[in-house]
Formats: sequence, structure tokens, C-alpha cells
Amino acid sequence: MADFRYLPITEDDRKAMLKTIGADSEEVLFSDVPENIRFKGELKTEKALSELELIRFFSELAKKNVSTSDIPSFLGAGVYDHYIPSVVDSVISRGEFYTAYTPYQPEVSQGELQAIFEFQTLICELTGMDAANSSMYDGSTTLAEAALLSSGATHNTKVIVSEAVHPEYRQVLNTYARGRHLEVVTVPVKQGTTDLESLSQAIDGKTACVIVQYPNFFGQIEPLKEIESLTHSVGKIHLIVSSNPLALGLLTPPGALQADIVVGDCQPLGLSESFGGPHCGFFAVTEKLIRKVPGRLVGETVDEEGRRGYVLTLQAREQHIRRDKATSNICSNQALNALASSVAMAAFGKKGIREIAEQNVQKAHYASDLFKSLGIRVETAGSFFNEFVIDCGKSVREINNKLLEKGFIGGYDLGRQSDNLNNKMLVAVTEMRTKTEIDEFAKVLEGIIHG
Amino acid sequence: MANENQPLIFEQSKKDRIAYSLPELDVPAKPVYELIEKDYLRKTEPELPEVSELQLIRHYTALSKRNFGVDNGFYPLGSCTMKYNPKVNEVVARLDGLAKIHPYQDEKTVQGALELLFRLQENLKEITGMDEMTLQPAAGAHGEWTGLMIIRAFHEANHDSKRTKVIIPDTAHGTNPASASVAGFEAVTVKSDENGLVDLEDLKRVADENTAALMLTNPNTLGLFETHIQEIAEIVHAAGGKVYYDGANMNAIMGVTRPGDMGYDVVHLNLHKTFTGPHGGGGPGSGPVGVKKELTPFLPKPLIIKKEDGSYGFDNDRPLSIGRVKAFYGNFGINVRAYAYIRTMGGKGLGQVSKDAVLNANYLLKRLSGNFEVPFKQFCKHEFVLSGSRQKKLGVRTLDMAKRLLDFGYYPPTIYFPLIVDEAMMIEPTETESKETLDAFADHLIEISHEAESRPQIVQEAPHSTVLRRLDETQAARHPVLRYKNPLDTE
Repeated sequence: MADFRYLPITEDDRKAMLKTIGADSEEVLFSDVPENIRFKGELKTEKALSELELIRFFSELAKKNVSTSDIPSFLGAGVYDHYIPSVVDSVISRGEFYTAYTPYQPEVSQGELQAIFEFQTLICELTGMDAANSSMYDGSTTLAEAALLSSGATHNTKVIVSEAVHPEYRQVLNTYARGRHLEVVTVPVKQGTTDLESLSQAIDGKTACVIVQYPNFFGQIEPLKEIESLTHSVGKIHLIVSSNPLALGLLTPPGALQADIVVGDCQPLGLSESFGGPHCGFFAVTEKLIRKVPGRLVGETVDEEGRRGYVLTLQAREQHIRRDKATSNICSNQALNALASSVAMAAFGKKGIREIAEQNVQKAHYASDLFKSLGIRVETAGSFFNEFVIDCGKSVREINNKLLEKGFIGGYDLGRQSDNLNNKMLVAVTEMRTKTEIDEFAKVLEGIIHG
Repeated sequence: MANENQPLIFEQSKKDRIAYSLPELDVPAKPVYELIEKDYLRKTEPELPEVSELQLIRHYTALSKRNFGVDNGFYPLGSCTMKYNPKVNEVVARLDGLAKIHPYQDEKTVQGALELLFRLQENLKEITGMDEMTLQPAAGAHGEWTGLMIIRAFHEANHDSKRTKVIIPDTAHGTNPASASVAGFEAVTVKSDENGLVDLEDLKRVADENTAALMLTNPNTLGLFETHIQEIAEIVHAAGGKVYYDGANMNAIMGVTRPGDMGYDVVHLNLHKTFTGPHGGGGPGSGPVGVKKELTPFLPKPLIIKKEDGSYGFDNDRPLSIGRVKAFYGNFGINVRAYAYIRTMGGKGLGQVSKDAVLNANYLLKRLSGNFEVPFKQFCKHEFVLSGSRQKKLGVRTLDMAKRLLDFGYYPPTIYFPLIVDEAMMIEPTETESKETLDAFADHLIEISHEAESRPQIVQEAPHSTVLRRLDETQAARHPVLRYKNPLDTE
């Protein structure tokens, strides 16, 4: 079949193989598929393309999109335009990594296993936690799984979540909670961070966990110290912190502030925006929760000759062993993206992660000061990382349309989440934005707002 | 493969080395403690490694040499569909206009991405025979849970609150019962009969007014087509339940039959299996879910739609939706690859894929059937299960034979699954392997069966040629060491 370059079986092969099998025709192999459910003819999927046509067609589709590599973007809200060192793609393009399956045969999977072991270590270093798993789908599902863990471990069913947690993460949490009959209670925001008084009132003996985001959805640094003492003042309630791992290059790690579970998404570390996925969730816990963690864990051991090696471990938690009693149903995770993030973290090193995080802080604060000096209403007060909220006084959608005409991708329209946030824009400024871009953006934005 | 021990990247670290470069800060800097409250500034640095760029590349290259992928050799891992991962897919997925777009950009600036997703949905609907599709789930297990949540919402909408049980065959993947549990259901087992198929009498016994759904791969995990699928669906439907298709084995039936025509109500696909999104060492995957019309109101939101004016957009106005199952719109990058594959193969090609996958499996089964116990005699579909029971009597276990295959340069089959077959060895060659490869593999596995008789020790002690010998999994679990700690650190 010369028609298909991925299919090596020739007509001669086919004849010889059928002869060996003892079948007159291929049809015989499908004789167990009843006639009345047989599909007649060819599938009417879109027409096949040669390699050149395919590249041409995909390039045309790509051109219909405005890429953040074409024009400066001030859009964040959970997904960011960051520096990705060239080494990242070089490493993850190696077929030994990207065409392998989960490392179930450790003798020929030491490369992947060691890479994951290093990933787990890197995540522990950034979060300040004792152990981390090999990755999860993304930040949103990781957060939901953390709530399930807490509910299982504490035998409580009430999940308290701050309104300053990413709205889509909260939506995913709600879906998961419905499956397990958990009650989700949302605590409001006051001046950009979780309202501590409401939080205090919400916490009770039925509470499994308190979930906050750090830095939070609006870019602000939550008062984790106060939140921690409120949470842990009542029984065994877990504090779950959803974090931006890049920010943790600069910020006090949640582990140092007695968080029980730290989750988040590695997208800011070496992963492209990719229209929202695939990204890479991470899941880190204290020592005493290790055996309740969802997903795969890699551990160090030795081989028969005493040499150091790595294996998947504590598998008695997992679905392929424990089936309905497993800690989670997760099987495939985001291994290749965990590798990409590891490469990025190793490339940055301890100096780089701090420098990048600090550039984010400096540039975002520079932008916010500049906006203020131009008379744009900046709502965010207090400590923030690389995002802040402005009040545009008019439709953010319309402003973003005008910004696009001037060659900018504007910030996130907070009105998409809640009517009382209409006219408010969440502006992200990463290390990717130059001073010239920020100055120009501020000028254009000011013109639109006051125009 | 390399034989040297490869130090951890942390062990190669030396103060003041870097492997990145950043432009100098071009805005006026302020002391960072003036910008962020001091309590929330790190007191100690995270111990990230300090290496040069070449050191970094050598490290990961060395690790890659200690890893085995489909690009390295034959990978007949049953139930995983380890087929060739086309290189052009990687090229198109990396186009800036597809990789560097933000999920919150205005619809009109991502029309190409939305069009791609919409077209993919339409193709998957045709392939599965379902009426509507969501691309949001991130992997197969995530798709299973999504599908079950949809079924749950359907029953709830009908005020049918007694339906707390999901029926799952004893041959099923572990994800099935685990997903049922996360979706809040109780998993109930239905037995297999002597032919390796769902036992209809047992199914009639367990299907009742409490049944929410039956989850069933077809072909099942033994690689056998559930020839009574229509009766199975009727039994479950008559009891008021829904029938769920686990798409792990879709590679056997494209263009042959469709879940939608067999009587299934919900389907998930594993785009990283059948549709060549690479496995990536364990992900990322993509697990779209398709449903029949009756269930479409419950699909996760948003759905990607084509509007009357021909543009593409999101449908968020879905009051009965189970809600969101993942932030944003799924694993877009994997969906791009799957769509590239579907467009490369076309309808005729996809049909050929399944025919060749089934031919290859039956050929390999036949070649091996003289030397291994074959628990089920009928033709298999895209994969088959052998039993190592004959070799077990000689003191050689399936695990040993799997390890011995490593010495011959193969990734071993899935072993000890499905659970109902003693010393199971589950082999899935896929359609992208040549007859020569299958012959060589069969020769080697037969040679191992001879070794089991003539010199069992070499099999029992395998592997001999890998970078490490067998690893001590008990120690790993008993004293978990899950991260590196610098021995010089005194905490």
C-alpha cells in the first residue's frame, strides 16, 4: 500500500500473512463483527493530504490566529507569555523521550524515571514541600484532586475556596465536588485578597480544607500567614495553596508557611501558552500525606548489583492496582511537559529563577506606576507579582478591540467572570515585555480610556 | 545504551554556572522589599542546579540514551497502541500561530484554532458515530470520568436518583472502576465467560434499577470483539442504564464498525493512542468524549461551535452542562497532532489502519501459538493475550520473559493484565510495524520459550544487557526516597 507512508504491510506481505493465519481474506478476521453493525464504505472524514499539503493547510490555519509572538501581549490570568530557553524544545524533541510510554519497565526507562525524580525534587525546592508527584493534567484538575485528598484524609466534606482562586479552577473544582458529594463554600474577596473575616466564619468542624491561590488570581500576594493560622486553629483542616511556580522563585514557599498541599501549573516554566494546553499540573505534599497522593511517584532504589536506579513506587495507591479504591483515577499525566519544565528550571538555575521572577515584579510595578501617573485607575494595592487590576470605566472588550487595532493584545476582561467586575481589566506584565512596549501600551491604553 | 551511571543534575551543579540569558532589566528598579511585603520574600534560595548550557544538554542526552521509545524499537505494549508518532505532527504543532496563542484572546483572533478544533470534532463524530463531541478532557481516564459525570447528570435530570452503580467487566482497565469511584458511583463487576466475552447471564443478574451505566471496551482488553454487543446494550438499556465505550481499543475498528452503531451512548477516545498524539513518557494525552443526542445537553462547557455567519466560537449557554472538567479547552497541542494524523490518513487510510493492526496481531498470535498457551481461540482484533502458564511450570515467569525481551532490544508487552489470565502477556503490535519486525520478534520470543526449557536461569536472571539489572521495588516502597537531598545539607 504505497498510499500510506505510515503503513508498511505490502500486498505480498498481506497474502503471506493471511496464509500463515489460515484465513482466506482479511474479512474473515472481522467475522465476529455482526453484519448489521458493520460500517459500509469508507469513513467520510476530511480528505487526505500529502505532507506538503498538510503543512500548507496547517500554516493557513495558524495564520488565521494572532500569535503572542507577533504582537506584544498583556494577557495572563493563569497562562503567560514567558521566555522559553531553546534547550527545552531540543530536549523534548528527542524521540527516546516523546515516543516512550509510562516507564513501567525501569531497566529501559531510567532516563525518564531519573528526569521525573529530578522534577519531583525541583518542585519540592520551589514549594518548600517534602514530596511531589510526577505531574497531573493541569493546575485546575490538580486543585480539585487536592480537595478530594483532603476530604478523604479528614473525612470531612466541606471545601472552602477563596474567590481569588482562578475562576475556571473553581468551576472544575465544582464539577469534581459534585461527583463526590462535597460542599464547596466560596469566601469573598476584600480589596484584592481573601476576606479573612468571612474565611474565619466559614471554617468549622466539618471543613476538610481551605484553598487559596498565591499569588492570587488578581496578582496579589495572599496573607498566607494569617490564613494558615485561621485554618490550622480548627482541628486537622488542610491548607491547600495553588501557586505560580515561577513566583515561588522569589516568594516565601508555601511549605515554609505550613501549607499541607501545594498545587499549581508549570506553564510559566518552559511551556508555551498553546491555547490553554497541554500544560502541566504539579502536586506537592507534606511527609504525612505521601501515601495519599494521586498519580505516579518515582522513587530511588538499587538494582541487583547495588547500583542506584529509579522506579515507579508506592503504586498501591494507583488505579491499575487498587482499581475503585485508588487515590485517583489518573493514569496518563503530563510527563513530557514535566520534562520540559525540568529543563527550563535547570537552565534557569537558582540565580535565573529569581532573576526572572524579579523582572516580572519590577516590570509589572513599573507598568502600574506608569498607568497611575497617566491617570489610569489602578485598583490593586499592596504586594503583587506580575498582574494587577485596572478600572477602565468602560467596556474592556471594546478597549481590547481598539488595542488590537494598535497592535496589542490587551489584558483579561474580569467582567467575563462576574458582573460586578465589569469594566475591570487584569493586566499581566512578564519579563517578555520591553520598556518600550510597556510605555507604548500605556500611552495607547490611556488614549482609549480617556478618549 | 549508555552504561555509565548518570549523576543527577543536582550532583553536577557548581556555584555560579548558568544556562540561560535574559536582557538586562530595562525599567527603573526598586528594592524588591518595597514592592513585596518582606514576610513573603524568600529567606533561602531554592536549590535549583547551576550548570552550563552544554552540561545541561549532555545530561539530558545521556538520560535519553537510557530510555526506550517507539523511535528506538518495537514496543508491543498491549492496550497502549504504541504506533509510530509522525514527525510532521510535531512540525505543525509547533507553528507559532498554533503554539503561541493565549486561551483568553478574543475569538476573532483565534479563528484558526477554533476552526481546527471544530473540524477535529466533526471528524471524530464520523469515526465514532456519535452526535456531539467535547475535546476538553485531558486524557483517557479524565474522559471516562467526564462521560460518567454526564451519565450521572442525565439520570439526575430524570429524577432517577437510585442509579448508583456502574457495571464493569472483570477484564477492564483499572481506570474504569477508579473513574466510577471519582464520579461517585459504586463499581460492580460483571464476569467474563469461557470465551473471554461478557457473560450475558451474569450481566442480566447485575443490571437492575440501580444501574447507571456499563463501561465496556470493544474489542475488550483480551483483544476480542464483544460479538453480542447489541444484546449487551439492550440488557443495560432495558434496565435503564447507559452504555459507555472506553476508546482505548479504537485502533481495531476504525471504518469497520462504530460505537454509535453498536448501541453505545457515550464514548471517550485516547488521541494519544489511536490518533498518534505521542505518549510523551506518560502524557500529555487527550481524551475527547462523544455522546448521543439525548446526552448532549450535559456535555461540559464551553462547546466549540460553528456559527451561522461561518465563524467559530464558544457555546457557554448550556444550563444542564456538568460544568467544566478542565481549565480552558483541553490539551490543544495534542488535538492539533491528532487532527494532522486524521488529515494525513483520510477515511480510506484510517480504515486501512485498523485492518492492518488486526492483521498484524493475528499474524503474530499465529506465529506464537505453538510455543505459548493461548487462552482464547478465536481471531483477535488489534491485540491478543497469551498465558505464560506453560513456562511457569518450568519455573520461568512471564515477568522473566518480559525482562529477557529487553536483552533482545524490545520493549516488553503488558504483563499480568488482564487479571483473569494467569501469567498474562498482552501483545499489541500496531499497524505501523512491518512483517520483518513481527517475524524477528516472534523468533526471539520463541527462542526465549526454548531458553525457558533449556537454560531457564538466563531468563530468570534477565535482563543482562541493560544499563541496570532488575531494580528493588520493595525497598523503594518501604523506604520511599522521592527527591534528591544534598548530603552536605545539614538540616
